[in-house]
Amino acid sequence: MATATAQPRSDMAKVRAAETGAVKRWLPLLGVALIVIYCLAPFYWMVVSAFRRPADQFSNAPIPSPFSIQNFKDVFSGNNGFPRGLLNSLIVAGSVTILTLVIGMIAAYTLARLDFRGKNLVLAIIITTSMFPGISLVVPLLKLFVDIKWINTYQAMIVPSLSFALPLAVWNLTAFFRQMPQELEQAAMVDGCTPAQAFRKVIIPLAAPGVFTTAIITFIAAWNEFLIALSMTNKKSIQTANVIVSQFTGTTGRDQPFGSQMAAGVVVTIPLVIAVLLFQRRIVAGLTAGGVK
Amino acid sequence: MTASTPVAERPVKEPKRQQRFDEGTGRLAATLLSPTLLVLGVVVLFPIMAALRDSLYQSGQRLDENGFIVKGSTFVGLDNYTAIFKGETGDRFWNAFYNTTLFTVVCVVLETVLGVAMALIMHKAFKGRGIVRASILVPWAIPTVISALLWKWIFQADGIANTLIGTQVLWSTEGWQSKLSVVIADTWKTAPFIGLLVLAGLQTIPAEVYEAAKVDGANAWKTFTRITLPLVKPALLVAVLFRILDTLRIFDLPFVLVGAHKNSVESLSMLAYDEASNVRYGPAAAYATLLFLYVAVVAYLFVKILGADVIGEARAKKPGGGRRKKNGNSGTAAARAAVAAGAGPGTGGNV
Repeated sequence: MATATAQPRSDMAKVRAAETGAVKRWLPLLGVALIVIYCLAPFYWMVVSAFRRPADQFSNAPIPSPFSIQNFKDVFSGNNGFPRGLLNSLIVAGSVTILTLVIGMIAAYTLARLDFRGKNLVLAIIITTSMFPGISLVVPLLKLFVDIKWINTYQAMIVPSLSFALPLAVWNLTAFFRQMPQELEQAAMVDGCTPAQAFRKVIIPLAAPGVFTTAIITFIAAWNEFLIALSMTNKKSIQTANVIVSQFTGTTGRDQPFGSQMAAGVVVTIPLVIAVLLFQRRIVAGLTAGGVK
Repeated sequence: MTASTPVAERPVKEPKRQQRFDEGTGRLAATLLSPTLLVLGVVVLFPIMAALRDSLYQSGQRLDENGFIVKGSTFVGLDNYTAIFKGETGDRFWNAFYNTTLFTVVCVVLETVLGVAMALIMHKAFKGRGIVRASILVPWAIPTVISALLWKWIFQADGIANTLIGTQVLWSTEGWQSKLSVVIADTWKTAPFIGLLVLAGLQTIPAEVYEAAKVDGANAWKTFTRITLPLVKPALLVAVLFRILDTLRIFDLPFVLVGAHKNSVESLSMLAYDEASNVRYGPAAAYATLLFLYVAVVAYLFVKILGADVIGEARAKKPGGGRRKKNGNSGTAAARAAVAAGAGPGTGGNV
């Protein structure tokens, strides 16, 4: 009696277990697939649209046929100033990254290693500055730059960009420096290094991965900047790629040239996507700095 | 006698010297921090102060009472502010205020829900982790302007969005549809990012806690609400705070996706930008200052009411116990600092 009732029940349990096992195995994979589609589908659409012929721009076929690089040719040939824009973006984002790293590294090392009064205050100030709305900084700086004739110069874009790049870099680097054992400098100082030498000869080489990650993250943030670049310039020859692409005008009147814009978008984005794919581990570690100890 | 005095003194001296390794470095720290603080002073503090001053002046030419042309800026007191709340400009301001708030609430809620869901999936999945991590960074890496153009293309009248859902919505025209397009584009770009940060928080929760819950017979929902959520709360709060502040200054996305001077999507940042680009610095500065105050109040309330710990682990730990509340679990504290690091400036100014 007992065995008779127990038998089917255990069978049912087995079936249920197998079912939930299958669900458990496949559900995360399904979720993963959904996330990947969510993240990549719009990006895929940009790439696909870029590789269509301008003639069948409005086709909604999932794969471009015939395949064409005419849009890319248009982007780089016309007088829309896109190649120059890329160079300008590179100059601005590169300068911001270098300046930020040089200034921020010293501050980050100080915050990570020295104990002093008001440290929390300094940390709070640095993190607070990154919360300020960009427009509150841009309006008065625009007025100032008009007065000192900085409009349409690189420095008019580089200097305001420090307002978001510097807190970001200091914060990231502090987390990295903090992870390095203090014994490193102590050993160096025992061997006769001054603290400055210990920093230069021991810490910087060892912190290279962290510095590199911070450089990538800062560069991406500066490369993506739009409001400052838009406000501080009105000449095409000095505008960054982002501003130029957003202001592409079509050859045919008021139509927006989406084909060339998508192609330009691919060109602007691909270096970042490649960097992200190559250094994904480090970037994730940098973005969540300290969390993956 | 002579030998005993140093022996007696040593215990007094010893702890002092140990502290001195790091102490007395205030001046050094000030020197080393001065470049950063100087730069932040010039590019952040000075503009905020200048905006406050500019908002009390009117610049450019105008006529005085006797009909003479007055050049340069004149002090007008709070006129710029009172003008904002009056008549047509008042309508425009409140509309922008409403749009900004709506975007912030809707986007952040959607992004948080989606982000947490993504983090839970990624945490459970062992296969395909690399692919997910790579693909989740793609929306983050695409410049906001480019993603705005991309979504504008998707939302074309005869674009893929209308084809897929079989509708004929004119997304870029005034109305709820243009608001929705901005919300969708913003959510697409930043929900994965929240997911990434929450995942970092999830990974600091020790497996034993879940095992204990299992032993106690908690079901999946209970485990989620009673264990997962409270333990990722610090990380989540900071991520949400930074997303809120980021969305409050939203500019790029509506500006490029829908366009300037569109009532349906005009945000406070766009309003201030419009005034500034028309060389009306006084009103522009007033709008900018109001937005700044709005952001400051929201941040203050968020930190006060929900207790988001922004500095987190980076806070200096005093040997005798910190002035503020101490960090509890070092794991969650690390996640907190982590989130602060990434979420904040990481997306800064790019909305």
